Amino acid sequence: MATKPDTIYFFGTCLVDLMYPQAGVSAMQLLQRAGVKVIFPPAQTCCGQPAWNSGYRDEARSVARAQIALFPKPIPIVIPSGSCAGMMKVHYPELFAGQQDEAQAVDVASRVYELTEFLVDVLKIELQDLGEPLTVAVHTSCSARREMGVADKIESLLGQLSNVQRVEHARKPECCGFGGTFAVKEPEISAAMVLDKVTHIRNTGVDRLISQECGCLMNIGGVMAKQGDALPHQHIAEFLWERTHV
Amino acid sequence: MTSTFRQTVRANLAKPEVRANFYRAMDGLMTRRLDQFPDKAELERLRTQSMAIRANALSKLPELLETLEANLTRNGIQVHWAETPEQGNQIVQAILERHNAKSIIKGKSMVSEEMGMNHFLEALGIECLESDLGEFIIQLDGETPSHIIMPAIHKNRIQIAKLFHQKFPDIPYTEDVDELTQTARRILRDKFYAAPVGLSGVNFMVAETGTLCLVENEGNGRMSTTAPPVHIAVTGIEKVVESLSDVPPLLSILTRSATGQPITTYFNMISSPRKVGEKDGPEEVHLVLLDNGRSNIYSDPELLATLRCIRCGACINHCPVYVRIGGHSYGTVYPGPIGSILEPQKAGLDVHGELAQASTLCGACSEVCPVRIPIPSILNRLRYDGVRKDAANTNTVGSGKRRTLSEAATWKTWAWAATHPTIYHAGSTLATRFKGMLPTNLGAWTTVRSAPKLAESTLHQQVKNLGVDHE
Repeated sequence: MATKPDTIYFFGTCLVDLMYPQAGVSAMQLLQRAGVKVIFPPAQTCCGQPAWNSGYRDEARSVARAQIALFPKPIPIVIPSGSCAGMMKVHYPELFAGQQDEAQAVDVASRVYELTEFLVDVLKIELQDLGEPLTVAVHTSCSARREMGVADKIESLLGQLSNVQRVEHARKPECCGFGGTFAVKEPEISAAMVLDKVTHIRNTGVDRLISQECGCLMNIGGVMAKQGDALPHQHIAEFLWERTHV
Repeated sequence: MTSTFRQTVRANLAKPEVRANFYRAMDGLMTRRLDQFPDKAELERLRTQSMAIRANALSKLPELLETLEANLTRNGIQVHWAETPEQGNQIVQAILERHNAKSIIKGKSMVSEEMGMNHFLEALGIECLESDLGEFIIQLDGETPSHIIMPAIHKNRIQIAKLFHQKFPDIPYTEDVDELTQTARRILRDKFYAAPVGLSGVNFMVAETGTLCLVENEGNGRMSTTAPPVHIAVTGIEKVVESLSDVPPLLSILTRSATGQPITTYFNMISSPRKVGEKDGPEEVHLVLLDNGRSNIYSDPELLATLRCIRCGACINHCPVYVRIGGHSYGTVYPGPIGSILEPQKAGLDVHGELAQASTLCGACSEVCPVRIPIPSILNRLRYDGVRKDAANTNTVGSGKRRTLSEAATWKTWAWAATHPTIYHAGSTLATRFKGMLPTNLGAWTTVRSAPKLAESTLHQQVKNLGVDHE
């Protein structure tokens, strides 16, 4: 997209809605501050990914169809999650292949942006860090990294914050073991993965963990909470807003 | 009910030494692969080229197999077709009987593992000796490979030293890798010369020339295909490529993806038995081509990509699930991501469909696959096939057999709530308002994690105060 759009749709995702609403609020505040009008269709629920990944395609399609109907205007759809953005951008066209509403699904897919991607590539946002010196570790979700190919955007946003120092952890690109229903279906393997991830992150000694994925945060943060002494962890939008608003 | 897979996973997760062996080994392999591809653009070009070569071969598979058979036969190599592992074993048995052979020395062959050949022949009183060092080690311990390239990767040096000492008590105990290797080498040398039949796998079969290509590092492949008077090669029907010029790119990306080697130590091209006037080489060469479900995979355009695999094991090396549970947990010949798509298709979703669930779909496998097999997409498709109601519409074996009433009902209820915003909002509002009453024990989830905390109020509720257009 060459020019900055006046208006965008915001899709909040069900995890943000229920667990991390502050991430959604902050994301919309960042967008509004950048001069973009935000539309939040109230009938939105879930992108349909849990059923899609579990093989229940008919159920996934009916939920996806309900979402597609909410974004009729030819404007971008911004999503504060790599995995929900990946579902809409990559998998909606697969899910609706050969269906009568395929063209509509492809059109919606073509307008989807993951939040950090939109902030960096479309809005070319410039941030001024107003916070105290802080060290952070970044966990990029696998969907943001591979499906959407936008893992560098969170890094570039954090790189703009002069008082924030990023510390790399061991096996950084490795999955945290959430994988939606995987954590429920294969709890032992998931536990082994997330426990290692938590150890690697803790070993950095950082002040905070930042990610663009609430699923990963819920998984990693859940372990830290169970272990006691949870490292503060935040969605990138919440962190950026906290660091840059007066 | 706890499945066999789950039980094995639990048992293997509880072995810290094995987990540490895998973790260390896979870290090393990932680094070595990365070092081989300093130029990202070159890697991507080579992946695209390799994918195209394999896709081209598969697009003409029946035709290329006919050409291959004609050219191999012209070269004096005897071609045998086996639809099932049993037929494959019987073909090998018949060749051995004709030569009155009571032993066989084997180079590395995953297809022979797929056929359960050692077990089959040993039941007939035929000694099968593995000559690949890793295979030799696990054979000593009565195990199966835990990796397709490095079969004994689950063992460390000390474990191997103890195993050798137990099996060869006359040889002084040592933990020195070179000395251990020399011990195996001494034992195997005599066997190569004495064995009446040598067996190997195949990496690529060239249709236009009728050539069998074999990639290896230890020289045992060369020995087992040349020293004994009879050589039997076994492989899957998909390993064919069209022309000789297809081989160099595949060879280059295979070794670099697999072990991080710029090139393999030995590259054998077998094009005929010993010719008149030649001093060495086998007098007879046979090729056994195994189908074992491959034709069925071939018949589905979406699943066909599975057959592009060149068995480098890069997906295995990079899989966060494999590195933790190890190859034996899969309970299959091929472990890791490639095993999780190949084995359920071969044996049926009712038998190995659970493997398709054992992935977070993180995509690390497809990111490194040298022939760009979309492993997560195929996993997703197999999950769908496993639970679909219209199982008759797909050729995938075992389709629909993983569908349970309770799971289907759960998704149906979920879809109903998520397509009725009023219900969804009422539910989420109620949940956040009364979150203190929600359970804190969520079974498997809360074994290592605290229960997720619902927010004080949902985003839907908060959005009204933001001045956001709530149209």
